[in-house]
Amino acid sequence: MNATIDGDAVEPQDGGRRIHFLDDRLWLGRLMLAPAIVYIVALVGFPFVLAIIYSLSNVTVGSEGFHFVGLANFRQLVNSPQFWVAVKNTIFFTVVSQIAVIVLANILAMALLKDFPGKWLVRLLILLPWVAPISLGSIAWLWMLDPIYSIFNWVLRAVGWLGPNGRYIWLGQPDLAMASIIVVDVWRLLPLATVIILAGLSSIPKDLLEAAAIDGAGVVRRTFEIAMPLLLPIMLVAVLFGVVFTVTDLIVVFVLTRGGPFNSTQVLASWAYFTGIDSGDLATGAAISLFLFPVLVAIAVVLLRIAKRTELT
Amino acid sequence: MSTVETRALTKVFSEVPAVNGIDLMAQEGEFLVLVGPSGCGKTTLMRMIAGLEEPTSGKILIGQRDVTALPPRTRNIAMVFQSYALYPHLSVYRNIAFPLRARGADRRTIAEKVRWAAGMFGIERLLARKPRQLSGGERQRVALARAVVRQPLAFLLDEPLSNLDAKLRTLARDELKQFQRRIGTTTIYVTHDQIEAMGLGDRIAVLSEGRVRQIGTPREIYSDPADTFVATFMGSPPMNLTESDGVLLGFRPESLMPKSAAIAFSAVTIPMRITRIEYLGADCLIYGVLQPPFPEGPAIVRTGAGGPPPCAPGDLYEFSVEEPDLKRFDRGTGLRCNSPRGERERHHRR
Amino acid sequence: MAPLAPTARRLTLAGGHAAIIAVFVVFAAFPFYWMLITTFKETRDLLNTANDPFLFNLPPTLDNLRVLFFQTAYVRWLVNTAIVGTCVVAITLVLAVPAGYSLARLTGSWGQYLGIGIFLTYLIPPTILFIPFSRVISTLGLQDSYWSLVLVYPSFTVPFCSWLLMGFFKAIPHDIVDAAVIDGLSRFGAFVKVVVPLSLSGILTVVIFSFTLVLQEFVYAITFITSSSQYTVGVGVPTFLVRGDVYFWGSLMGACLIASVPIAIVYNLFVDRFVAGFTVGAIK
Repeated sequence: MNATIDGDAVEPQDGGRRIHFLDDRLWLGRLMLAPAIVYIVALVGFPFVLAIIYSLSNVTVGSEGFHFVGLANFRQLVNSPQFWVAVKNTIFFTVVSQIAVIVLANILAMALLKDFPGKWLVRLLILLPWVAPISLGSIAWLWMLDPIYSIFNWVLRAVGWLGPNGRYIWLGQPDLAMASIIVVDVWRLLPLATVIILAGLSSIPKDLLEAAAIDGAGVVRRTFEIAMPLLLPIMLVAVLFGVVFTVTDLIVVFVLTRGGPFNSTQVLASWAYFTGIDSGDLATGAAISLFLFPVLVAIAVVLLRIAKRTELT
Repeated sequence: MSTVETRALTKVFSEVPAVNGIDLMAQEGEFLVLVGPSGCGKTTLMRMIAGLEEPTSGKILIGQRDVTALPPRTRNIAMVFQSYALYPHLSVYRNIAFPLRARGADRRTIAEKVRWAAGMFGIERLLARKPRQLSGGERQRVALARAVVRQPLAFLLDEPLSNLDAKLRTLARDELKQFQRRIGTTTIYVTHDQIEAMGLGDRIAVLSEGRVRQIGTPREIYSDPADTFVATFMGSPPMNLTESDGVLLGFRPESLMPKSAAIAFSAVTIPMRITRIEYLGADCLIYGVLQPPFPEGPAIVRTGAGGPPPCAPGDLYEFSVEEPDLKRFDRGTGLRCNSPRGERERHHRR
Repeated sequence: MAPLAPTARRLTLAGGHAAIIAVFVVFAAFPFYWMLITTFKETRDLLNTANDPFLFNLPPTLDNLRVLFFQTAYVRWLVNTAIVGTCVVAITLVLAVPAGYSLARLTGSWGQYLGIGIFLTYLIPPTILFIPFSRVISTLGLQDSYWSLVLVYPSFTVPFCSWLLMGFFKAIPHDIVDAAVIDGLSRFGAFVKVVVPLSLSGILTVVIFSFTLVLQEFVYAITFITSSSQYTVGVGVPTFLVRGDVYFWGSLMGACLIASVPIAIVYNLFVDRFVAGFTVGAIK
């Protein structure tokens, strides 16, 4: 390869043919990467800028005109109690569901480490919540949590926990509704986290755990002092994914409660939809959804920093 | 410090016995080397002794105590893995301290013992570092320190030198043997390198296909091989084998000398057509093809490098070997003929 | 045979192990089991609170499925989803396969950062972009057409798939490409003729994963599309099968089941490779 640093093709000493760009590593690299980069910039970068612009304006679905209003939308949001409810819910749902997911995924991943008969089927069943379209999975939960026909209520009545006419309005009472949303979030994300952690567990060199066993460590010590610390980077990746999915989730809330009862389970994402698309106030909707961005960036930075610090290679 | 013994130890992996009824006894304080080609079962054997594999049948005794059913951590042995298996997220200090913490030692005892173990290998200044900041040689010492700190009944070493540079290996070999002599713990060492085996072992067990072919001191293994496998596996270049009088005749490259130099009346003449000569610095290897009365086949001669070789490529040359250096093997079984050692080794027990 | 660990201890360990797995399986799969039963139950049976829901008090029926297939646009939605899925997967492959290889092999140190950067585009999720997009799409005249989805979906499949493919391509040894280049291929030719065939399983994994992402997507679909004939399955089912306050539960559950299980089976076949590519990229 006779490429110079800036990739210009260079005549070889013997005056033979120029090096074709299909051979030059640098140019080939750029060329192969370019379409994807262009596409992403156009379809992610551009709308993002647009979102910022909208949030600083008074654009609505019907309007043709466009007026800059500065930070008025943001100011209005910060002063509205509904906004803070949405923020609180977003954080609360995310934190609680992620903690649950990580703990449960670790347990499940360890149980899935060994081979056992029927493992393929078990894995299929455990993957179902993640693979099924989330809107459809949520509808199934909607049916199971129905005020009249809930299967859970029926079972609780059958075992005597509830009286003969007792029932829980799973999606009608604020605290039960929040709990239901968290359960569905956990249900959906558990498979992905489990698969990721399982991968991490399998990548721990067998040697290390054997050495620990010979050194005298029992199962508990081996798990918490050797396996867990080595798993940390990959657990952080799982958490990052989970957080992104939960914080930006609109579907579960949309299907289960539509933000009710009385907007008590509204999260930023769902509220942005109802405001911007349903009610047509694009500018405010954009402003609401933009609050998601700094939150996500902050979380990503924190997690990636922790991951770097525990880097073991 | 204690003996390590296996009795009729067998391990079968899907119908193929990796270890086939091995009886072995490592004496107290002995450095026993298990050597053989890959797949011979030496690693499986060691892992069973460590408790990392369950035997299909047979017994393992450490210090007269039957440990066959016990998990590794109760056997009070230490193992050094080929990869060293250092805990990457712990400092060197905490790596060495780990076995002591696992047994619930208190902080002061741990500090004392870690410093003692580190001092034994000269790695005190590395205690605060992490494994990824160490060189290969340093990592090996940490692994050894971790093994020694518990003062176990026996050491199991799984090819611990194979990850080192060739130059470092000889030095490391010397240090390892000296260390073992000083500390006196029974050691079982696995390697595929027969030179390493010869250099390190008080006794060597040569394994092939799940069985022990011969156990003995390096000298016994080398000059009194029990069968053709041991004869050709040990020694580099390997022993020359040819046919004569209905038996296999073996003679080592260095036992061939120019016919003119042979004194003993019982020396046998080996005619060869020379094909190539390699000058290796300390000695010369002469490659050739055996001539009648021996069937045509390759043979190698090793001579000292002092002075020019007695022959040149293309020559027909006569070497000779003296009777004591000739080993005869049964053509069918490969076992040594007429050797009391060969008879004994047939029972694979000592 | 030498005595092994006490049998009682082994049995309790195995029992505990099985119990844990059983709990998780029930948690994950019960909703789908419930979907299955509901699909085949007569509506009168379903809505009769006096009946035991676990039994078929009236004989199982195909009515719900019949309604689903013949009285709604469900089949149409499945077709739409298939079309959108295939097109999006194709676009994703065209963009992400070369990008992934470039990141893996051709871009040196800044490639590493670029790789992370691409991945970080996920910090700008559809829930931020759907509002400005709604305007853009209507300006382009693509509103209420599933082609709008074909245009926009690769924005979330391409970044992740590039990253995933980067991991797969890194696993191909340098030597093989060098050998091909010495044998006379250009680097690009080596990529097409040697690397791609070797990474087929990784590429297939990316295909499955992208298709799953398409199937899942809801936000853009519900924002851009309003007429029933253009819906994908993920939005058609929730919005259409609910007429006023009446939920056609039997048909709804059948719809969910059909759209989930086949994909899950295929996904299960590839999850090992997915995880392999994932960890190569992550533990770096």
